Amino acid sequence: MKHVDEYRDGELAFGIARRIAAEARDDRSYRFMEFCGGHTHAISRYGIEDLLPHNIRMIHGPGCPVCVLPIGRIDAAIELATRSEVTLCVYGDLMRVPASNGSNLLMAKAAGADIRMIYSTLDAIRIAEHEPHRQVIFFAIGFETTTPPTAMAVRLAQKRALTNFSIFCNHVITPPAIQKILESGEPGAVEIDGFIGPAHVSTIIGTKPYSRFASDFHKSIVIAGFEPLDVLQAILMLIRQVNEGRAEVENQYIRAVSSEGNRKALAEIEDIFEMRESFEWRGLGEIPFSALRLRERYAEFDAERHFSIVTKQALDNPACECGAILRGVKHPRDCKLFGVGCTPERPLGACMVSSEGSCAAYWAYGRFRSSPKPSGRRAAE
Amino acid sequence: MCLAIPARVMELLPDEMARVSLDGVSVIASLSLVEDVRVDDYVVLHVGYALAKIDEEEAKETLALLRRSADVGAET
Amino acid sequence: MKRIDPLGSRLDLRHGCVDLSHGAGGRAMSRLIADIFHASFDNEWLQAGNDQSAFNVDGGRMVMTTDGYVVSPLFFPGGDIGCLAVHGTINDIAMAGAKPLYMSASFILEEGFPLGDLRRIAKSMGDASRAANVPIITGDTKVVERGKGDGVFISTACVGLAPAHIELSGNMARAGDAVLLSGSIGDHGVAIMSRRENLSFETEILSDTAALHDLVARMMEVAGPSIRLMRDPTRGGLAATLNEIAQQSQVGVRIEESAIPVKPQVAAACELLGLDPLFVANEGKLVAIVAPDIAQELLAVMRSHPLGRDSARIGTVIDDDHRFVQMATAFGGSRIVDWLSGEQLPRIC
Repeated sequence: MKHVDEYRDGELAFGIARRIAAEARDDRSYRFMEFCGGHTHAISRYGIEDLLPHNIRMIHGPGCPVCVLPIGRIDAAIELATRSEVTLCVYGDLMRVPASNGSNLLMAKAAGADIRMIYSTLDAIRIAEHEPHRQVIFFAIGFETTTPPTAMAVRLAQKRALTNFSIFCNHVITPPAIQKILESGEPGAVEIDGFIGPAHVSTIIGTKPYSRFASDFHKSIVIAGFEPLDVLQAILMLIRQVNEGRAEVENQYIRAVSSEGNRKALAEIEDIFEMRESFEWRGLGEIPFSALRLRERYAEFDAERHFSIVTKQALDNPACECGAILRGVKHPRDCKLFGVGCTPERPLGACMVSSEGSCAAYWAYGRFRSSPKPSGRRAAE
Repeated sequence: MCLAIPARVMELLPDEMARVSLDGVSVIASLSLVEDVRVDDYVVLHVGYALAKIDEEEAKETLALLRRSADVGAET
Repeated sequence: MKRIDPLGSRLDLRHGCVDLSHGAGGRAMSRLIADIFHASFDNEWLQAGNDQSAFNVDGGRMVMTTDGYVVSPLFFPGGDIGCLAVHGTINDIAMAGAKPLYMSASFILEEGFPLGDLRRIAKSMGDASRAANVPIITGDTKVVERGKGDGVFISTACVGLAPAHIELSGNMARAGDAVLLSGSIGDHGVAIMSRRENLSFETEILSDTAALHDLVARMMEVAGPSIRLMRDPTRGGLAATLNEIAQQSQVGVRIEESAIPVKPQVAAACELLGLDPLFVANEGKLVAIVAPDIAQELLAVMRSHPLGRDSARIGTVIDDDHRFVQMATAFGGSRIVDWLSGEQLPRIC
């Protein structure tokens, strides 16, 4: 696969890892947060942490839209789906997210709700066109990468004058979440030296929105592509920034990210959506101006208005540490429920459900650290 | 978030759609979020939409940089 | 005088559908069985027309298996529910190192199911059964009301002869054993999903559905006593199979990602769909855990068989209290390959 395989080259990975080990100073440690769940997944899938010296620690950030979606919103979606005239279209990632009372969308589907897994908003539009007697609601989640496809769905619905299509909008914004983490200053919080910035969010928003974290908070930031070599290169660039006392925004993913981002996509988002004054994030609490809703002029496509959706605040299991884990303050093994009540088989918290969540990643990757390592090379040795 | 994959544009279709391919597997995707895309260009594909065009020059530069990082490391 | 066919008029295979009379035990049912099943499975046992069939066995240990087939869609690139049922059932016997002898097939048909499709499925089963030399010697037919069945469900059983003095079993793997895989993974699951998700392929990805008993016979000839166990990685994929073995044998398994064969188009389809080939079903592959000293020789034998051309050694059994299946990535990093939690769902994240 072109533009993929080249960035998964094992030999180059070892070379870059050796470089990282050589340049990381012995007299300090480095703590980097990869904000984006996709990076968390890549790090665990390729075993990247195995290649890093012991004094570099990766902290998994909250850039997992499934993980930060509040339970109350899933409850609302399940309630919508149980209405007989509703067809709820969702991305596969959402099906097993735990809602209240141990339910989830998969179980609601099994109980008879018309819930359909789709790959694209284009599928949802198609369903609405082919089934005019159904009220088709698209359960929209995601950061800025996934927002433009939702915007285009609204455009299409408008163009084709669909009267049976609406969006249940839960799109969230990246920079406010990064800010929340930097401002939290809670006890036990690990001082973060820098961030690996999200790959595809950045294709949309560009690199400019991250500048204030470099200037105001003095954090080093490198926007990285998704492939393992991209991530390793970004870690090397972060090490260098930290060693040289620089706090800048650097772009490793130049092949797809520009500083202005995707103007067409941003224009569509601007036209169709507006900021909510505040939005609750699972694990992070209320964050002002961090989420989107449809503008008044697109009200006919807004499921929240259409169906008078009321979101009740629902609480996580009190022992669930997803919040602290999402903020990078605790580690999955610090959670009493990890592996005990909460497993990928029966997740209690979102961090375990999503394959990008810290707990799922640790389950797959870190649990066995006590076992002998495979014969693969370790860069620092 | 954002599982996105680079795919090659094989055929432009009406309504800002295109047939894109990854290693011989093709899907129909929307080009409505990108501009100036031609056949044989590579795009970043996410949930059925192209989000960005992959800049071949920048990609080459990235690979060269990766190789430099890897090679130089061996000498240290 | 013209002889009246006691079973009544022939079935309308072009436009006709299954109806409740076909399950009622009367003339219509006999017609259906004759025109569709007996015609496709044609053999002396079925010709005798009894509810059961008898056969002699050479003595020794017998192996028996049963299976159910509910695949959707019923017809997919490379196969259909019919040949899948024959292959899958034969493979269950073959995984014991046993020789499959005879099969049964029972059908639950949904009212309204097109007879033409049923005929296609039966013919496919008959062809698969003949090619494998495992006759379908008895069966049953039931019809359920519209809405109570997904077109057709097939339930099978098969009996076979166990290898003399050799017992293959899931709990026989031990540290040091080699893990062999007979070919590329993910083909079947992707073939199915592609049909469902409108992916198109330049070169169509076909299900790998196949009967493996001949390959197994060859393997047993060469290495019988050194084979600890064999298993076909169907639902849940290679990941499920390796985890099952680890649990049953109370060992760990370490595999190398770079050693696992995956066809490029299957890999690409998985990327597009957000799936991991390790968890995708296969219907014509086997995993064999064997004594390490025989691994090379056995691989050569497997590769010389049409169903084993891409055979590879993918790993080693190790001691591990955790019973983990660990995979070394191309980077020398490691990850655990866990049991899938339920069905693998495609991800966008």
